[in-house]
Order: sequence, then C-alpha cells, then structure tokens
Amino acid sequence: MKSYDELLAMEPYSLNKKEKTKVMTDRLVELTRHHLGNCEQYKRMMNSVGLDEKALAEFDGEEKTYYDLPFLPVRLFKELKLCSVPDDEVFKTMTSSGTTGQSVSRIFLDRATATNQQKTMVKIVSEFTGSGRMPMLIIDCPSVVKNRAMFSARGAGILGFSMFGSKKCYALTDDMELDVESVREFLDAHKGEKILLFGFTFMIWQHFYKELVRLKKEGITFDLSNGVLIHGGGWKKLVNEAVSQEEFKQRLTDVCGLSDVHDYYGMVEQTGCIYMQCEHGHLHASVFSDVIIRDPKDFSVAPHGQAGIIQVVSMIPESYPGHSLLTEDEGVILGEDDCPCGRMGKYFKINGRLKNAEIRGCSDTYAADFKQRG
Amino acid sequence: MSNKEKYNQAFMETLEVSENELAGLTYTGIPAWDSVGHMALMAAVEDAFDIMMETDDIIDFSSYEKGMEILSKKYDVEF
Repeated sequence: MKSYDELLAMEPYSLNKKEKTKVMTDRLVELTRHHLGNCEQYKRMMNSVGLDEKALAEFDGEEKTYYDLPFLPVRLFKELKLCSVPDDEVFKTMTSSGTTGQSVSRIFLDRATATNQQKTMVKIVSEFTGSGRMPMLIIDCPSVVKNRAMFSARGAGILGFSMFGSKKCYALTDDMELDVESVREFLDAHKGEKILLFGFTFMIWQHFYKELVRLKKEGITFDLSNGVLIHGGGWKKLVNEAVSQEEFKQRLTDVCGLSDVHDYYGMVEQTGCIYMQCEHGHLHASVFSDVIIRDPKDFSVAPHGQAGIIQVVSMIPESYPGHSLLTEDEGVILGEDDCPCGRMGKYFKINGRLKNAEIRGCSDTYAADFKQRG
Repeated sequence: MSNKEKYNQAFMETLEVSENELAGLTYTGIPAWDSVGHMALMAAVEDAFDIMMETDDIIDFSSYEKGMEILSKKYDVEF
C-alpha cells in the first residue's frame, strides 16, 4: 500500500473533481483490498454483495470510481468488532458518543492509523487557524478528559484540538458553571494574542453564551474579538431552541466580539477527517475525505442540491474497515470546486439526523442527558 | 540542572515514573502516558526548555528517545 505520508503532503483543498477522483479511487481501492485481506467479517460482508479481488480489479480502469465502492452502515461498529490488525497491535479503542443507555461504536486504532488521524486533522484545521499554536480556551469542564479508562468522543475531541493549544484553560467548572475568574485571568495573560476557543455547540450556548449575556447585564464583559472559535457536535438541541447557525454566530459577536466562528462536522468512526465550515458558512470536504449524498429510496448518488443520506469516505482507516460508511445524517451538496472562499472540493450542509435515527453527536447526547436530568 | 536532568524531570513529574524506567519508554507503553498524559508531558517539556513545539512534533514525540531526537534536531536542546 502507498504510504499515507505521501498523501499527507497534499494541500487540504487543492484538488479539483477530476484530480481528486483519481487519488481518492486509488487509495480507497487499496484500503478495500487491505481490509478484505485482513478483516474476515468485512470480507464476508463484501463477498455477499459481490465484491472480491476480481471485482476490485475492475477499478483499475477509468470507468469505476470510489463512488462505486460499497459502504458499511455506521451502526455496524456498535454490533460487530471490526478490526484489521491483530489484537496486540490495537493501541487505542475509541468509542462514540451516545446518550446514557445507548450502545456505542468501537473503533480500533493501531499506532499508524492514530498518528495519521492526528496529522490529518492538524493539516485541515491549520488551514483555518494558521499553523502556529496559540493559547486555548476550552469551553468545557476539566473532568471530561479525566476518566481515562472510558474515553468519550467528547474527551477525544477536546484532546484532538488541544494539539493546537499552547497554554490551556478550561472555561467551565466540573459543575458546568462558567469559571469567571480563571477565564479573566487567562484573557489578561494573553491580551493581544490570537486565542483559540474550542467546545461543543450546545455546551457553548448553554453554559458560555447564556452566562456571558447574564454577566453583561451586570456590567461584566469579556473581549474575545481576537478569538477563533471552533465548535461541533450537533445542532439538534439548538434547532429545538430555534437558534440558527447565523444567529448563533451573530449573538456570540454581540456579546463578546467573537466573530471568527467555524462549525465542523465529523465523527469518531472517521476521526481526523473533519469537515470545517468556511467563512461563507459552508462545510468543506478536504482532499483526505469526501461526502457522497445517497438517495434514500435506492442509495443511488443524489445530484448536487438534492438532500439525502450522507456517505463519508476517508483515506485514513487502515486498522479498521471504516473507509466508506453510510451515516445516519441527512445532508445536501451545495456545490463542488466553486465555493466563493476558493477552496476546491465539495461543500455541503447538514440537515440533521435521519428520522428514527438515534441521537448522537457530543453536543446532542449531552443535551439529551441534560434534559433527562432536568 | 543539565538539559538531560530537566528532560527527565518532566517525564518523572508528569508520568510519575522513576528515572530507571525512562529508557525505552514509549507513548501508551504505560497507562500514565496516554493521550491525556501526553499533553501534560508536552506542556512540561515546553516549560522546561521555554520552547513551543510544532504540532507535528507533538504527534511524532512517541518515545523517550524520540523526544530527545526532536528536541536536539529542531529546538537546539543539546543532551
């Protein structure tokens, strides 16, 4: 297999449709072949849909592309142990976020895949934040990364982004109260510097934004106009509160001057390949991954502009067969290679979870638990 | 304190290991050096030498020995 390091040298938003199709098809066919040879359960499933070595050879020509490769439903990682490396090479098992009582996905990582995930994320996020590390304000509580045995996707998300932080400060206490003193101290210490803020959408809204509004009425204000906020984990709860993306951004600007705000879409099953929102409000696929919208009626590829089920493909997964997955999210491709921000590749938006799908996403599962607790 | 001593101290304090355990120590080789421990260790190393490492070096910092190699090659820390 071609080493991932070579692929990693690509600029994240540099390939047009034709170039990307070639690179993506080559890599995904290699990965499919790799998993056929190393994961018995994957092999059996693929064989049952008619995909074997011989069928894979048809991808050598121009005719078939990665759009023609099979996908696994993401839910399968909850039910089966899908792993393409020997047990003793598994060095980390990631679990998905799930509300209390839900079963969780298990993703098996070896060193190479874990490292490639991190490096890919750094490449993608640096396109938006710049390559230097900066002081980081984490809009969450410190305890979320402390339970090491059971490492949640929320903790993993925070740690993943911690790579970009130099000095770090948790903005919330373990009781999810805004730690006004610590935040003040942190901001004073880094006056004039660009600051990275990271958190999950619902937590930011509930425990940060609302508290800032309350404090502002008391005359206590914070200036975050030097900040860049990256947030993710689901909009469901805020949709219920009737807060749109535009309003979320606008309200943050109004209360603390924060205007550089980027949502992202990503999932633990394809960690590393995150989809960052550009300054025009569009989520972008990098060269390392892609989204394909499937018509729910027959799983055919939906044309741009038509909503459907999101399939995600990623060049990273070597230790588990998760390179082509059908999610339980609904979305729509807005365009390809022509976003006004200048980035190549597809840009899209998420409409939400499919009906009857489970509640997932770090922000949404927290919100569901939050509601249960009253 | 020599650079080696500072380096060792960062490991011993953040990962709670003794000096004789350091040689050959790898990321995830002991429970304390997991991803959480790693970020604490990186912060301690940066403080010890007053440097700020690049993200790629933090990712590549996969063992006690590899860390010394990165520090000496890219951050002028002589051991």
